[in-house]
Amino acid sequence: MYAAATESLIKQAREIKEEELQRFCGRIFKLLHTKDVSGDTVDSLQRLNLIVSATKYARELPSDLVMKLQTLLRSSSCPEQLQVLTSSIIRESFPSSVHSLCSDLSHDSRTFSHVASVVLAQVSHMLFTISLYSVHKHLSNHLITFTRILCSLNPDQVNLVSRKLVDWLRYASMQQGASMSSGGFFSGPRTRQPAPLTEVDGVVTGDFFTVLCLGQSYTEDQWMNMYTFSMIKSWLLTYDTDGTTNTESDDRSEVDSSVMSMVSATSSSSRLLPPKERLREKAFEYCQRLIEQSDRKALKKTDTELQKACIVESVSIMDIICGEDPSYVYRAFPCIKALYGRLNGDLAYARALLPIAQFYLNHSEIAAVDSEAVFCQLFSHCPAEQFNEPMLAFEFVQFCLLNASVLQDRVANYRQSFPNILKFLAGNSSGLIAEFVELLPSLIASDTAIELLHTILDLPCLAAALDLQQRSACYQASDRSAWDQQGAKVAACLDAFRQPSYRGLFLYILRPEAGTGDTIDRLKMLHEILADMAESPRVVQCAQVVPVLLHVYFNTVTQVRVTNERSGHLIAHTSTKKLMYTHICHISQGLNCVISSSVFIVTHLQALCKLHPPLIVDQSREILEFASSPANIYSKEDFYTHVVWVIGEYLSVSYDPRCTVELITSFFESLEAVLFEITQVRQSASPPSFSPRLITVLMTTLAKLATRSQDLIPRVSLCLSKMRTFARSAPVMTCYSEEDTEEIITRAHELINLLKLPNVAQFVLAPSAGGDGPRWHRDTNASLPQGMRAVSGLLHRHSSSLPT
Amino acid sequence: MQYMVVCFLIHTLCPVSALSAGETRILYARVFGPETGDGCDFTPEQRRLMQKEKLHVVARQVRSAVALSREASGGLCVEAVLGEEAAALGEADSGVFSLGNAELFPDRSVVLWLGVQSLAFTLVCRPHENLLLAEGTLRNIARHCLEELRLLGPGAEVLLKSDRVDALLHRLLPHGQLLFLNHRFVLTLDKEIANYVSK
Repeated sequence: MYAAATESLIKQAREIKEEELQRFCGRIFKLLHTKDVSGDTVDSLQRLNLIVSATKYARELPSDLVMKLQTLLRSSSCPEQLQVLTSSIIRESFPSSVHSLCSDLSHDSRTFSHVASVVLAQVSHMLFTISLYSVHKHLSNHLITFTRILCSLNPDQVNLVSRKLVDWLRYASMQQGASMSSGGFFSGPRTRQPAPLTEVDGVVTGDFFTVLCLGQSYTEDQWMNMYTFSMIKSWLLTYDTDGTTNTESDDRSEVDSSVMSMVSATSSSSRLLPPKERLREKAFEYCQRLIEQSDRKALKKTDTELQKACIVESVSIMDIICGEDPSYVYRAFPCIKALYGRLNGDLAYARALLPIAQFYLNHSEIAAVDSEAVFCQLFSHCPAEQFNEPMLAFEFVQFCLLNASVLQDRVANYRQSFPNILKFLAGNSSGLIAEFVELLPSLIASDTAIELLHTILDLPCLAAALDLQQRSACYQASDRSAWDQQGAKVAACLDAFRQPSYRGLFLYILRPEAGTGDTIDRLKMLHEILADMAESPRVVQCAQVVPVLLHVYFNTVTQVRVTNERSGHLIAHTSTKKLMYTHICHISQGLNCVISSSVFIVTHLQALCKLHPPLIVDQSREILEFASSPANIYSKEDFYTHVVWVIGEYLSVSYDPRCTVELITSFFESLEAVLFEITQVRQSASPPSFSPRLITVLMTTLAKLATRSQDLIPRVSLCLSKMRTFARSAPVMTCYSEEDTEEIITRAHELINLLKLPNVAQFVLAPSAGGDGPRWHRDTNASLPQGMRAVSGLLHRHSSSLPT
Repeated sequence: MQYMVVCFLIHTLCPVSALSAGETRILYARVFGPETGDGCDFTPEQRRLMQKEKLHVVARQVRSAVALSREASGGLCVEAVLGEEAAALGEADSGVFSLGNAELFPDRSVVLWLGVQSLAFTLVCRPHENLLLAEGTLRNIARHCLEELRLLGPGAEVLLKSDRVDALLHRLLPHGQLLFLNHRFVLTLDKEIANYVSK
C-alpha cells in the first residue's frame, strides 16, 4: 500500500529549494491567469498543495499568488476542484488578513463553505455583525457552515434560527424530490408523479419526514432536515441551556403555555410557545418518531446501523431536553421504558443501553421510576457477554467514569460488579488501562476491598479464562480438528475448561459479582491449569497493566480515610501478606519479576506500615521468617532493604504495646546473623552482590533495635566494629566505590559513638511519633536539638580516644 | 459549538525507512476548526507547528494501539489488492481510546481508528460524540479513500490527489459535523463524489 515512490515524493516536496519554489509559483500564477482551466493548472496546484503541507514549517508563497488564490476562492464561477485546492493551499499558508475573505457574505453555499474552512482554521471566532436579515437569508444555504462560524448569537438571532430549525425539522416536504434521471423515453414530465417516501423497511411513510425516510432523491428542505438533526444536539447544548423560559423575550405576549393541549402531541397551541421552547418540543417529537422508526426491520445494513445511531442520539437529546424542562420527563419515560423493553437482551443493541441508563440515572428519581432492573442488566449481564467488543467496552467504562460518584451512592450493584467490569479490562488491557486507572478508586469499597485486590492480581488468569470461554463457545467438543488447530497448549487448556471437576474454579474466576468470598483456596490449581496460556499476547498485555492497577489501589487505600478501623486494618494486613509472599502465583513470568522488583511495593509497604504500624507485630512471624533468610537478599534486594528499614522504624513499644523485649531480641538476633553472614571476610569470598545501602540499613536497624532493648547494645557495637574490616577487605574494595566504603565505615563509626550514650541514641534513632513534627527540630528547648548538641560536644572531646 | 470531529488523518502503520521505528508518516491531515485552549499569544507560525506536532503524537499513539490490538487478536493479515477494497475494509480492525486530559486537544478527546493493512484512518472527536455514528462515518470515508485514491495499489494518489479527500470530507463531514445519512443520502453523495473525481 505504501510504497517507496510515495516516500520519495514526500522527500522531494520537502526538499524543494526556495528559488525553485518561487519559480514554480510564478508559473502557476501565469497559468491561473489564462482563461481555461487546464489539466496542467490542476496538476500544478496539486503539487503546490503537497509542497505547502509536507513540511512542519510553513512555506512562504509570493503574495501575488496568494491574492490570486484568494480571489479564485471567492468567485462562484470557479470550478469546485480549484476551490478545494485553493482553500487547502491557503489554509496551509498564512493569508495576511483572513477577515478580508469574509467581507462579502453573498456567496453560494459551496463557496462560502470553502471560504469558511479557511477562516475557521485561523481564528477561533469571528466578530460578525450580521443583521437579522442576513441570518435569515443565508441560513438555508449555509446551515452547518454558519453554525460553526458564529460563536455566539444574540437572543433575537437565536430565536430566528430556532424558527427555521423548527420548520426544517418538523415541516419538511413529504414527497420525494424531482428525480434527476428521466423516467424513460416515452414518459413525459406530466406522467411522472412524485413518488411517496418510504420507511427503511419499504412501507410508505405516514408521518413527518426524518433521517430514516427513504426516497429516490431528496428536496432541498429534506436535506436541511437531515443537516438540522445532525447538529441539533450541539445546538441545544449551546443555546438551550440557560433556563427554561425566556421571560424577557419579545414573544411574551403570545406565550401562554398553560393552554397547551394534553390530548394531541402535535397540538396547534404549541405555536404559541416562544421559539426556543417550540424547538425543544419539535426536537422531542422528532426523537420520539425516530425511536419508533428504529423498530422497523431495515432492508439495508447501512440503515440498520443508522437506526442504532439514531436511537443513541435521540435518547441523548431527550435526556438534554428533560434536563432543561422536567415536565418532559413524564412524556419521555413511557417511550424510554418501551425502548428499553425492546432492546433488552438484544446483544446487537447493547451500546444503545448506555444512553438509556444515563437517562435513568438522570431522571428516574424525578419520575419515581424504578431503575434497578436497568442497572442490573447493565452491570450483571452486559460485561459478561460482551467484554471483547472494544467500542462497547470503551463506552461502558466512559459511562462509569462520568457517573462514578452517582453510581457509588445510588446504584447498589455498581461496586459489587467489579469482577464483571474488570472483564472489560481483561479483554482489552492496552486500550482501557488509562480509563481504569481513574475508575478503580470508585470500585473500592471497604467490605470488598480485599476481594478486589485478589481479583486484580488474578487479572491475567481472568484474561486466559475469558479467552477459553470464547473459544469453547465457538468450537464444538466433537470438532476435534478445529480444536487442535489452535495449538497443543491451547487445546490442553480448552480440555481443562470443559472438565466438570474444574468447573467450580472457572465459575469462580468468571463470576459476575463480588461477595462470594475473598478468594478460594484452590486458586493455585487454576494457575497451574492456565499456565500454558501464559504466552498468549492478550494475557501478557494484561499482566503488564496489573502493577499499574496495584499502584492505584494502594494509593487509594492508604490515602483515603477508611472509615471502618477494622477494615483498614484488614486491608493493610492482607495486602502486606500478599506482598510478603511474592509467590504471588502468576501464570505470566513477566508479572512475577515485575511484582517483586518494582518500586511500587516498597512505596506502598512503607505507606501501609505508616498507616497501620501494628502490622509489624501482627505479621511478625512472617516478617521474621522473611528477614532471616539471606536468600531473599539475592532475589529481592530492594524489597528486603525496605522490610529491614520498616522493622527498624516500627518495631517498638511506642507503636504497639504488644511489642515485647523478646520480640525485639528475636528480630535483632536474626538480623545480626544475616549481617554476619553477608559480611564474613574470607579468603575465598566473592564480591558482595548487594548494594552498600543494604549494609547501612541493616546497621542502622540493629542500632535502633538496640536502643529499645539496651542489653543488646554491646552486641551491636561488636557487630559494627567488624564493619570496618569488611569494608576494607579486598573483594569489597573492588566492588564498591571509594565513597561507598567510606560511607559504611563512617556510619558504623557514628552509630558506635551514638550508642555510647543510650538515652541520646534513643532520641536520635527512634523518636516518638512527634518526631515528624517541625517543632521537634526547631524548638531549641525540645529534646532533639539539645541531644544533638550534647552528642557533638562529647564526640569532640572524646574523638582522640576512639578506635581507628 | 460543542460536539464535533476535531481532525481526520490518514497515516502509515508499516515501518517507514526514513523514520525510526514506531514513527508514522502522515499522508493526509485535515483539522476542523481552530485550536482552542491556552496560548493565545502564539504566532500563526508557532501554532501551525504545534498543530503538526500534535497530529504526529496522535498518529504515533494510534500506531501503537493498532500494533497492540493486532498482537492481541493474533489475526493474520491478508493483503488485498486493487479491486478488493470491500474485502480489505471487511478485514480491517478498529478501536478507540481517549487522549489524556488537555494533553493534546482540550477535554478528553476520543480517538477512533480503522486499520486497513498498512494504513490507518483516524478520527479525533470531542468527548461524548455519538461514537456509533462516528464509526459509520469513518468507515464510509475510508471506503471512499480506498477507492478514489487507489490506496491498495502502489501509487501516490494520496499525496497528489488529496483534493479528492477534501472534496469527500466536504460532503460527508462538513466542517467536522457528523451526518445522519441513510443509504439513499449516501448514494446521492457517492454520485456527487464520483462526479468530482471523474473531472
